[in-house]
Amino acid sequence: MALPHPHPPAHRTGQRNSEAATPVQKRLAPAPAPRRARTWRLLTPWLFLLAPLALLITFTYAPIANMVAYSFTDWDGVSPELHYTGTENYTEIFTREDLFQVFWVSGYYLVASVIQIVAALYFATVLSFSIRFRNFFKGVLFFPSLVNGVAIGFVFLYFFQDGGTFDTVLGLFGYHTDHAWLGTPASANVSLAGVSIWRYLGMNFVLFLGAIQSIPGELYEAAELDGADRRHQFRHIILPGIKPVLTLTVILSVSGSLSAFEIPYIMTGGATGTETFVIQTVKLAFQFNKTGLASAAAVVLLLIILLVTWVQRRLVPDDRVDLV
Amino acid sequence: MNRRTVTALATVAGAALLLPGCTGTGGSAKGADAKAPDDPSKVSGTITVLTVRTDLVQDGTMKRYAAEFNKTYPKVKVEFQALTNYEAEIKIRMNTDDYGDVLLIPAVIKKNDYPKFFASLGTAAERGKKYRFTDFTTVDGKVYGQSPVGVMPGFVYNKRVWHEAGVTEWPTTPAEFLADLKAIKAKTDAIPYYTNFAAQWPLTSWTYVDGSVHCDPQATTKLAEDDPWAENSDLRVGDTLLYDIVQQGLAEKDPTTSNWEESKPRTTKGEIATQWLGTWAVIQFQDAAKKAGVNPDDIGFMPFPARTDGTFCATVGPDYNQAVNVHSPHKEAARAWIDWFTDRSGYDKDNLAISPLKDAALPEVLKPYEEAGVKLIELDDAAGAKVKLIDDESEVGIYKPEYRQDLIDLARGAKKGSLDDFLAGLGKKWTETQANVSD
Repeated sequence: MALPHPHPPAHRTGQRNSEAATPVQKRLAPAPAPRRARTWRLLTPWLFLLAPLALLITFTYAPIANMVAYSFTDWDGVSPELHYTGTENYTEIFTREDLFQVFWVSGYYLVASVIQIVAALYFATVLSFSIRFRNFFKGVLFFPSLVNGVAIGFVFLYFFQDGGTFDTVLGLFGYHTDHAWLGTPASANVSLAGVSIWRYLGMNFVLFLGAIQSIPGELYEAAELDGADRRHQFRHIILPGIKPVLTLTVILSVSGSLSAFEIPYIMTGGATGTETFVIQTVKLAFQFNKTGLASAAAVVLLLIILLVTWVQRRLVPDDRVDLV
Repeated sequence: MNRRTVTALATVAGAALLLPGCTGTGGSAKGADAKAPDDPSKVSGTITVLTVRTDLVQDGTMKRYAAEFNKTYPKVKVEFQALTNYEAEIKIRMNTDDYGDVLLIPAVIKKNDYPKFFASLGTAAERGKKYRFTDFTTVDGKVYGQSPVGVMPGFVYNKRVWHEAGVTEWPTTPAEFLADLKAIKAKTDAIPYYTNFAAQWPLTSWTYVDGSVHCDPQATTKLAEDDPWAENSDLRVGDTLLYDIVQQGLAEKDPTTSNWEESKPRTTKGEIATQWLGTWAVIQFQDAAKKAGVNPDDIGFMPFPARTDGTFCATVGPDYNQAVNVHSPHKEAARAWIDWFTDRSGYDKDNLAISPLKDAALPEVLKPYEEAGVKLIELDDAAGAKVKLIDDESEVGIYKPEYRQDLIDLARGAKKGSLDDFLAGLGKKWTETQANVSD
């Protein structure tokens, strides 16, 4: 959290000390091996970074470079032969309407992420004040984030089954439906987006909670003395205080909505109009063996997400928070 | 929602990482032969056998086969690796040289590439005398794989339920079949037909009606040359039947949450009457019956409801073909395993399957087929590679589940449109691609 620096004077003192020390050093020791020492000093941080950088390059940048390379070929994923086809794959992506239609499905997940953020914000605010069973509720909300996504997919398949948990629960309230929840495109997408809220709410909640709790407690006390109620506190202390985290969450949610994959893939496999762009890409690569085209699609998705992020950053600049 | 990008990137990244390994494969070892050993006692080495039969590896059945094998080949040590998601895992492994000594030929490998990945088992002329299905793996006169069992598509059904509905004879036309399903719906509590929509792959078996509708061994060649959904063609007849079943409410109420594992005991108990699968499924359903404590003999098997000149036809095709890795250092031992497993293991009988040996008798479960005089035909696979190419290139996916899921959605009204337009659309995509594909 970009709160004001706690001890600015200490920093300045330190600087002054080193300034004072330097001339003395120069006079007393004419540096026996200054160049080697300087090399070492330059090298040390890189030595520490060696392992993480190696991992980052091997597992992030090299594969992306490879992916970009594949996107210009007609590789089928296994054949020893691959041919350079220029920008043919990209042309195909942008000229085939059906490849972009699947983005409409992301709309469901976008709406879901709005609900998700609002709910997470609400719970985080409420639970940051002292109320009964606070930790218990925190646990309940965070729990789904700990469960494996595949398991969640299977659990919810039973949940939405004809006569499954959901129907039973509704039946308890006297509401007997005969609705196939995953049966029509709209209902299936809403159900899947609902599962996605359940799955990722905890993550957002924890982020918000952490941000809210880093706001100094005196602010609330002072606000209360000034006669601010909870709503005012939220509006004028919490909201501006967690703005950077909020922006980050929105960006992650939008990019997450565009690249929704796990839950629809496991639960419906993209059937009944629930196919998302990533599912389509995976199918192109692993079902129709068009690794080249799929790589191009992945690159396009990456660019779209970068673009969306950039636009968002322009709209909501990441300005410093200054509560005091 | 934010974890998804990471997952997606990781998947793509994982696949892309293998670039350096992939382009170098093949080439050098291309055209190697895996010769049958002359003296069984002299062959030695440790071989790794890849399989999809996770169940048989876990319950020790494969070990027992290996022990039996060692009686003839004492110096060969056999190790098994069961892959749960075979196609996806093997595809990635085949970018390296390390994909076992004996493996199942994955669908992703183009037929013309077989010599780059597998060692030849002999010439087609020589093997064709003894074995079925040789042309499915023949490239330039050499054979690269051998399936240990033959499979036949057909309806797995619960005899008791069909009898209760008053049906004692196999239906002979799609219309009769629909009428029988209606009788089942009216007179019993069973679901007449189960699509297994959610498990996806069972839907692909509807493509294997090809050949049996018109009793035509050249059905695969026709797929390569004509519109598969032309009027009265095999696939159109099959797909129309599936459409009608769903559209007339004879399938499960909510296909989207169907459950394959659960469908097995439910069929044996008579909660489900019929499923279109294959001979391979019979043993699994019988096992499920034993576990559920009901009579395994209730499980029956029937051909597609169509007759040509008064007789039913059924196509016999290979299951996964076993092949020898072209990079294997123990090709003789690997070859010995394939020969022994095909000829002498009894794997076919244990699975109530059709033997790949030409002179072997039919399994017990197909007795009714013999009695009814069902004609068994083997499809000519000369154009098989081209069909797969067209299939991938056009993204129609006759060997993939999507289009049949769409078909079912269409039939139950979750998707707008008419069957004719839908099939015409598929045919258009298919025939347009045909022109651009060369094999």
